[in-house]
Amino acid sequence: MSRRRHSDENDGSQAHKRRRTSEPIEIEDRLESLICRVGEKSTSSLESNLEGLAGVLEADLPNYKNKILRILCSVARLLPEKLTVYTTLVGLLNARNYNFGGEFVEAMIRQLKETLKNNLYNEAVYLIRFLSDLVNCHVIAAPSMVAMFENFISVTQEEDVPQVRSDWFVYVVLSSLPWVGKELYEKKDVEMDRLLSQVEGYLKRRVKTHVPMLQVWTAEKPHPQEEYLDCLWSQIQKLKKDRWQERHILRPYIAFDSVLCEALQHNLPPFTPPGHMPDAQYPMPQVVFRMFDYTDAPEGPVMPGSHSVERFVIEENLHCIIKTHWKERKSCAAQLLSYPGKNKIPLNYHIVEVIFGELFQLPAPPHLDVMYTTLLIELCKLQPGSLPQVLAQATEMMYMRLDTMNTTCIDRLINWFSHHLSNFQFRWSWDDWSDCLAVDLDKPKPKFVKEVLEKSMRLSYHQRMVDIVPPTFSALIPAEPIFIYKYMAESASSLPGYPVSITVGNAIKNRASNEEIMSILKDVPNPNQEDDDDEGETFNPLKIDVFLQTLLHLAAKSFSHSFSALAKFHEILKALTESDEGKLHMLKVVYEAWRNHPQMIAVLVDKMIRTQIVDCAAVANWLFSQDMAHEFTRLFIWEILHSTIRKMNKHVQKIQVELEEAKDKLEKQQHKRQKDSGDEEDMEKNSEDEDGQLEEQIDRLQEKVESAQSEQKNLFLVIFQRFIMLLTEHLVRCETGSVDISTAWYKSCIERLQEIFLMHHVTIHQYMGTLENLLFTAELDPHILAVYQQFCALQL
Amino acid sequence: MSAKLNALNSDSYTDVSQYRDQHFKGNRYDQEKLLKQSNTLYVGNLSFYTTEEQVHELFSKSGDVKRIIIGLDKVKKTACGFCFVEYYMRGDAEHAMRFVNGTRLDDRIIRTDWDAGFKEGRQHGRGKSGGQVRDEYRQDYDPARGGYGKLASQIPAAEQRNTF
Repeated sequence: MSRRRHSDENDGSQAHKRRRTSEPIEIEDRLESLICRVGEKSTSSLESNLEGLAGVLEADLPNYKNKILRILCSVARLLPEKLTVYTTLVGLLNARNYNFGGEFVEAMIRQLKETLKNNLYNEAVYLIRFLSDLVNCHVIAAPSMVAMFENFISVTQEEDVPQVRSDWFVYVVLSSLPWVGKELYEKKDVEMDRLLSQVEGYLKRRVKTHVPMLQVWTAEKPHPQEEYLDCLWSQIQKLKKDRWQERHILRPYIAFDSVLCEALQHNLPPFTPPGHMPDAQYPMPQVVFRMFDYTDAPEGPVMPGSHSVERFVIEENLHCIIKTHWKERKSCAAQLLSYPGKNKIPLNYHIVEVIFGELFQLPAPPHLDVMYTTLLIELCKLQPGSLPQVLAQATEMMYMRLDTMNTTCIDRLINWFSHHLSNFQFRWSWDDWSDCLAVDLDKPKPKFVKEVLEKSMRLSYHQRMVDIVPPTFSALIPAEPIFIYKYMAESASSLPGYPVSITVGNAIKNRASNEEIMSILKDVPNPNQEDDDDEGETFNPLKIDVFLQTLLHLAAKSFSHSFSALAKFHEILKALTESDEGKLHMLKVVYEAWRNHPQMIAVLVDKMIRTQIVDCAAVANWLFSQDMAHEFTRLFIWEILHSTIRKMNKHVQKIQVELEEAKDKLEKQQHKRQKDSGDEEDMEKNSEDEDGQLEEQIDRLQEKVESAQSEQKNLFLVIFQRFIMLLTEHLVRCETGSVDISTAWYKSCIERLQEIFLMHHVTIHQYMGTLENLLFTAELDPHILAVYQQFCALQL
Repeated sequence: MSAKLNALNSDSYTDVSQYRDQHFKGNRYDQEKLLKQSNTLYVGNLSFYTTEEQVHELFSKSGDVKRIIIGLDKVKKTACGFCFVEYYMRGDAEHAMRFVNGTRLDDRIIRTDWDAGFKEGRQHGRGKSGGQVRDEYRQDYDPARGGYGKLASQIPAAEQRNTF
């Protein structure tokens, strides 16, 4: 497979581009390349590369100033891991051309305003950090930077604003201090002290209800999972105690000090933070993920402490590298492993910690889960002598701490570990985990191993699982994923549906028509017949059972066979599941037949929703039903539920998009008619008809959207109601029995409730009013209400 | 607002490869267009024993899979080591190109590539013997792909060392 970025032949658009334009695009590309890749793959030092580049750019300024400005502003925003490289470059340019320096600062301020307006808060952080490092390069005068920070901190005095707003402004200031704290303190220590004491006051009165919902481990040992601002504050305080001596950050500008200190500085224009807008989307708070400390790296450089500013900077930079290169796993791995300053830190440990930190991040990882799996594999390829060992160590540690690990994070760990193993012939020292055999199967450790083996089996086959684990682990090996056909079991002939199962089975094999099959099914007795009111078709569970079991049995060979079967007999299936009970029973039958093959259940349920044989609410009710209570803590249940919710959400979005498109079309049409008015009457009448048609379509779509949203709201209500019922039952039972509520089941269940909120927070937000009025009222048990309150705290 | 930088926008894993289906009905331009819009991936170097279920599990990691068509030997009608995976959304197919391509399934490094779209008949191998073309000519012994290649298995063992 070609890895080349620009394939010359057959690429119509590229050749097209080359023929049309010539110099400007090429020069722009060249400038971009020079700037973005400065110092890469060079035998000379970074400093000398920067000096060279500054010379080239200075010469290009008369003709390409705007392009250069644009590129530099972009790298400030998009390459934060190389912050100091580019601030040095700007410093050198400013020293040679004062006006350019001024224009750059202005352009950055403009860009900052744009990013804030567009809710790009993470990028705004990088811009402000860049500006603050420009103080170190003598481009910006320290007092004006302090003034900007003072304006930011004054946001903490605002009233009636979401806490996440003032959080962000505090974060921006604190997170810039590792770079510029020393310089600012040297120039304006009184102001800085005042600033920091204001921050301290703010942090003390800040509400932290959200923290339990975002922690990967609930235990404080061995490493507390700290709220991110608290952690950063501790780090800055330690830095201050160390008199702002910071030795980790690469600072190329130091080598140019004699040149730079001759430069004239610019003042930042006074910058008032934009006011709070109701549609602002501030970043959600976070909890810092820590799994290693200096005791874990056996030899070599020592890991900086959890409250050292070095730790903050390293983690920030590694996160930024992943953010820049996630699409290209080989480059990403290479960039991570060539982190500047890597010889002074146990880099592999930092990398593994940062990657797992992202993978386990709540509500969701910044990137797709599978990206992290393949990134780790690439890293193992590049460091085969060291990284796999760190990874194994990390896995072992996480296994030891499963008891206090968040359920959602355990799921991600299961998915990662099984996928990872499948790339390494499932080689693992399972015997090291034989302690999991000594406890009940529903405890976290054996449960984890069981789920890992189940997922591993999906990527391979049953016998493989038998082969890879020691015989002592046999209880944890998943069942063979075979169909359970009740009408062929022993004593099946005595089952009430048995005769018809034979007839209908033969009919299907002989390609009978739907009508013929329906008439065969009429002969199935209805166990509900007693309380029947003889009006038309009533729900006949046995009919569903006989037909579906037989059909699925005949189609059991593969997913494709089963999908074909569902498609072929869609009409019959829809007729059988017209009622809600019908839908519920269908799901029950699917489960009974395929209970050894959860993967098959999931894909069948998916198909049945997509072809409208069952609806989402039916699936939710089925998963929460008493029949499924014994499976409630299994991973596949939650995969099905979340997949169902996602389908519902996508369905609503799709119709909303159709509605918007129709509205746009109508607007365009009306616009056009206005412009062309004065045409003949015939044309006008036609276009009025067209308008009428579109308006009708819009009305229909509007109805569709409303009905879909109503279905969506109902789905969440069903799910939340069920959770409340289950949890309340458990809490009441424990209370009356004077038993501790904290069973493994309870922990799992309450965290699943959290998971629903976290995974679908965007959608759920629309229905907060209803949820608060109907379900999460003050009368609710405080344990359950707490989850809701934590969720609300994420946005406040 | 400063635009994206081309230099930083590399996404080479999702690029179209050099391979073009010689049986494609249409001109080169059409084929390019379809490849660039496609939601379907060709997956190669599968073991003959790899099942639809395994493919589904792996490729679902990058998004919802719409359907999988297992490649079949034209004569034997058994799996012959390739398949098509179609996603509902192109973005999910792109993720597969970035994160599933070049990783292992059934212990084999599999290869994914953009496909112009499944058409009936394309699920069959095009090699003379019924399997894939590559299995006609390869010289190595691959137990997961029927052992020796067709050509190699036809030459008596004593002469094999002298060929090519």
